[in-house]
Amino acid sequence: MSTVDLASVSVRDLNSRLHALPPGTNERHWRIVNPKGEHAIAAGLTLPLEVEIEGHTGYYCAGMNKAATVIINGHAGQGVAENIMSGEVRVKGNASQSAAASGQGGLVVIEGDASARCGISMKGVDIVVGGSVGHMSAFMAQSGHLVVCGDAGPSLGDSIYEAILYVQGKVESLGADCIEKEMTPAHAKTLRDLLARAGIKADPKRFRRYGSARKLYNFHVDHADAY
Amino acid sequence: MRTRKPAPKAKKRSGRAAKPKSRMGSRAKAIKAVTPAALRANLVSAGDARGKPPAFDTRALRPSHSFPQHVLAEIHRAADQGLYEIRGFGAKRKLPTFDDLVLLGASVSRYPLEGYREKCGTNVVLGTRFAKKPIELKIPVTIAGMSFGALGANAKEAIGRAATMMGTSTTTGDGGMTEEERKSSKTLVYQVLPSRYGLNPDDLRRADAIEVVVGQGAKPGGGGMLLGLKITERVAKMRNLPVGIDQRSASRHPDWTGPDDLTIKIRELREITDWEKPIYVKVGATRTRFDVALAVKAGADVVVVDGMQGGTAATQDVFIEHAGIPTLPAVRMAVEALQELDMHRKVQLIVSGGIRSGADVAKALAMGADAVAIGSAAMVALGCNKPVYIDDYHALGTEPGFCHHCHTGKCPVGVTTQLPELQARLDPEQGARWLRNYLSVMVLEAQTLARACGKSHVHNLEPDDLAALTVEAAAMAGVPLAGTNWIPGR
Repeated sequence: MSTVDLASVSVRDLNSRLHALPPGTNERHWRIVNPKGEHAIAAGLTLPLEVEIEGHTGYYCAGMNKAATVIINGHAGQGVAENIMSGEVRVKGNASQSAAASGQGGLVVIEGDASARCGISMKGVDIVVGGSVGHMSAFMAQSGHLVVCGDAGPSLGDSIYEAILYVQGKVESLGADCIEKEMTPAHAKTLRDLLARAGIKADPKRFRRYGSARKLYNFHVDHADAY
Repeated sequence: MRTRKPAPKAKKRSGRAAKPKSRMGSRAKAIKAVTPAALRANLVSAGDARGKPPAFDTRALRPSHSFPQHVLAEIHRAADQGLYEIRGFGAKRKLPTFDDLVLLGASVSRYPLEGYREKCGTNVVLGTRFAKKPIELKIPVTIAGMSFGALGANAKEAIGRAATMMGTSTTTGDGGMTEEERKSSKTLVYQVLPSRYGLNPDDLRRADAIEVVVGQGAKPGGGGMLLGLKITERVAKMRNLPVGIDQRSASRHPDWTGPDDLTIKIRELREITDWEKPIYVKVGATRTRFDVALAVKAGADVVVVDGMQGGTAATQDVFIEHAGIPTLPAVRMAVEALQELDMHRKVQLIVSGGIRSGADVAKALAMGADAVAIGSAAMVALGCNKPVYIDDYHALGTEPGFCHHCHTGKCPVGVTTQLPELQARLDPEQGARWLRNYLSVMVLEAQTLARACGKSHVHNLEPDDLAALTVEAAAMAGVPLAGTNWIPGR
């Protein structure tokens, strides 16, 4: 395992080393200490590395991640795992706003709470939040899954497309065009699998499912008051 | 001729051929077709030779300035459909433009370069501030971002080929990068937009520059639209959306707001691309002085300012016509902001929105821009609004020269469409030739004007080479009214 101390090495040098690794490298395990809230730590990875960060990260940690597994043993700043393509990003603490924004694939696990706009504009990513999410989460969510084991703030799933949301706790309010939907056995299985992949213990039977009413997919004058 | 023409037989027989038709009859006819000719005819037929005013005197028809024909038509349309007008193209209202400026040329006090002989450089280097790999273009005219989705694949390919032949760059759009355009474009700018459709790090790395789009001149503060017909399977797949929906793009980026966040966002993009690519920030022209200063502060290599004449594939007409400021004042404000920060020429400025000719290019550069970008004009070169396939324009309820129906996806000339039968009307090779020719003409025109001002490079044009023809343009562009030293406001 390679250890990089961000007290003495810059984020630029760290990322540059991670980006320069050849496919099939043996240097697959990395430990990063003293992250001190630096931005863009381990952003733009493309190989199946395992990067463990000991402490809190700033904005865009593991941004646009591909294939790598990034574990944050602390809290994550804004836009953690933004536009993630594949691989896994795990936040052991809480995540700030816009976690996994526009994520196109992969798995993002936030063991604590996520803030506002968790999963905003998501495009295929699977997100599992052990705690609660803030307002406007899954705003304009296009596809993928958002699992919330705690509560959801106001306007959950506003203007949602084909993403599927599962919430165990209370939903303060649903956004435009987001409705509760039937939890079919197939959906329950998907949820069970997501929880298992995330390693989070929860009873799928206690969750409710939300998705798009698809009433705002095409313009219609009679739906103008939905906004 | 008139005397020789025999009168119709019927009239001869009746002997009452000259009797006018009844007033009711001619009035009904006039109401049917209210053209100026019809109105004049009606006035004559309804008039009374003895001085009595006609019952229906068309001279008394007084159009309302507040409610002219197009406003009436829009109210009727709105009442009928209950939806704001969505359309393509740019602002149609009259605005101060580069046409309101003239280049002074040389005479005794300055001497020109030989117009057809002496060299006048046109190259421009973009991204010299932070990027490890700045891009060099042979000409200062680039192609603005237009999405695959809004444009068909043939149009995108034609643009890429033409730009490559001319040694300039083309730009992706809201919807991601296609293989066709990457292959056909030597220098490709990759847009990072609020919607993030199709955004991925591989394309980010295989782009030659990155453009963070904050706004667009046609709709500053708003997102684009792509109506159902254009969301074909391929477009839907690239954008991860259901086929056939009316897609409304986001207006704000999902993971940052404000200049401090933008600074961090740009740094992330640099980290992901190992600081190689020039990063542009594109803003719609509004509070340009602040926006440009903040983009510079956020770490942009290049700032793109798009004036309100800039086109769009589809947005609300109310946006196109009523939001933002014209390109003319925006250029001046952008240059002032850069100068204030001592960043003029260090952070490059690209100006777009209503650039149509080499004269526009020369004037924009003289005001201090490093390059311009064209979108609508490039589409026109590909055949937009060309008087061909007239029946198809009519089917859309328009005419060549008036068409702004990009949003329908039924572009008669195959530019802004996803329908295979319409796309087939634009051969990428032919289109590339047209656009290449047009770009060549623009550059030749700009060089001609620059040489006449005595400049050996188009970037040597300066505000001193300009005069304004109207008080408005003088105030907006910050150049003196012709024949005076007067710049209003100074």
